[in-house]
Amino acid sequence: MTGQPALRVLGVRKTFGDHAALDDVSLDVREGEVVVVIGPSGSGKSTLIRCVHQLEAIDAGAVYLDGELLGYERHRGGLRALGERRVAAQRSRMSMVFQQFNLIPHFTVLRNITEAPVRVHGRARADAESEAMELLERVGLADRAQHYPRQLSGGQQQRVAIARAVATKPRITLFDEPTSALDPELVEDVLGVMRGLAADGMTMVVVTHEMAFAREVADRCVFMEAGRVVESGPPSELFTAPRSARLRSFLARHHNAQPVPSTVESVS
Amino acid sequence: MTTLSAPPSEAFDDVATARRRARPWRWAAGVALAVVAAQLAWFLVNNDRFEWDVVAQYLFEPTVLSGLATTVLLAVVAMAIGSVVGGLLAAAQLSDFAPLRWAATLYVGVFRGIPPLVQLIFWFNLAYLLPRISIGIPFGPEFASWDANALITPLTAAVIGLSLVESAYLAEIIRAGLLGVDPGQRDAARAMGFTPAQTFARVVLPQAMRVIIPPSGSQFISVLKGTALVSVIAMADLLHSVQVIYNRTYQIVPLLIVACLWYLVVVTVLTIGQRWLERHFSRGHTAATTSRRRTVSTSDGAAA
Repeated sequence: MTGQPALRVLGVRKTFGDHAALDDVSLDVREGEVVVVIGPSGSGKSTLIRCVHQLEAIDAGAVYLDGELLGYERHRGGLRALGERRVAAQRSRMSMVFQQFNLIPHFTVLRNITEAPVRVHGRARADAESEAMELLERVGLADRAQHYPRQLSGGQQQRVAIARAVATKPRITLFDEPTSALDPELVEDVLGVMRGLAADGMTMVVVTHEMAFAREVADRCVFMEAGRVVESGPPSELFTAPRSARLRSFLARHHNAQPVPSTVESVS
Repeated sequence: MTTLSAPPSEAFDDVATARRRARPWRWAAGVALAVVAAQLAWFLVNNDRFEWDVVAQYLFEPTVLSGLATTVLLAVVAMAIGSVVGGLLAAAQLSDFAPLRWAATLYVGVFRGIPPLVQLIFWFNLAYLLPRISIGIPFGPEFASWDANALITPLTAAVIGLSLVESAYLAEIIRAGLLGVDPGQRDAARAMGFTPAQTFARVVLPQAMRVIIPPSGSQFISVLKGTALVSVIAMADLLHSVQVIYNRTYQIVPLLIVACLWYLVVVTVLTIGQRWLERHFSRGHTAATTSRRRTVSTSDGAAA
């Protein structure tokens, strides 16, 4: 239990046409660790977690969950792609929260949360529902259990999506820019829920532009640019003493991360 | 002159006191419609060539009712086979295996491109082209074999012809419906650990149905009317059953009216069914705040 990381990404490469979205990316995530991935748009952050979750096939390298190779099996001394059903079984041990929430519109809030536990994990509906109600209580939406997603605000939908993601008790939860599609005043509610999960010791990989959240919650921050991991380390180091010029200029553009010495005042 | 708003203490414009705008053309259109309606009613009632008594006499004639049953049965069978085959064709067209895509596209092109009447006559005469129909290993031994002349009755020719046409149209409708589902929904279902079959059946198809049902309803109506074509291959459908009668009695107009009335009845029932299905599949898609919509969806839930 000591040595093995919960998630291991090794030399992963992913190309879309000529464009290398991920170029030799490696990353280990220990159990209970919160890793926050930051970087400019198009740097491959979202592609990375989509590849981890097997929503995109990788072109080279490997992804392991608890030491198990994802998406492939050893066969006659080589590797062979797994069938979709077995990939689905591997996926069911992870969860994902999407930028656009992606709740299922024809299911009620409660049904959205209980669907995977019941259909994929074979839980009894009654148990799944009572646990779902606890989760909804926790994200402050217990009174919305019988609503349909379209009847909720974006922030509420995303909190339901988080409840849905953790309802299966995943080994690791992946967050793909969970607050980027939200109105500014709704962001804090969602981040609050995520802080609570991190405090509970959930293993999380979070792609976000919320630098304050990264600083406060991350055990480790990873800075990506152009499909590569440029720098990674505890946020205290990364945010206060960035080693690369690229991270320095990236942080300078995000005021909430590191207040830029205001030369602007003297100019105006 | 009045560019600045007046202070509230002074007299100000209140749109709540505005009069309705006069709409004279609406009155004109209303009067015109009333005149046309009255004229039509007069024509229907006072023209005795309609022979309404003959209409009433044959409306529930057993041969007419059995023709009606044949028509409905043919439409239902063609729609059922067409939906299944159309679904498979849509899946083939969306496949990432190119030969499958080509084959499906060719199928849709051929059966949508040839007039249904021509296809019906063609299938009816299949025996000329293919005297024996057999099941076996291609270019190998046969397991069973039938005489095509015995196999291709008006019924089988009608079912084959109508189903082929239907499947080609429905393939296009289903394909468009599947393409209309947000790719994020597929991602979400897969992320939940759903297998491809679960993803399709529980997440993608129910959402595609919203887009698929309205044109499929029209398609069902058009196949129902299309069944009238089978009268040319002597299939005893609704139209054929009234034709048999008026060939004997020469009361052409009243008997055609009998057929028209039955077609309209069935189409009306189908339309009501279609509306119900549309409401059923719009669950969760209706606007959040309108209470009227919400009562509809709850009554839906109770009915389902």
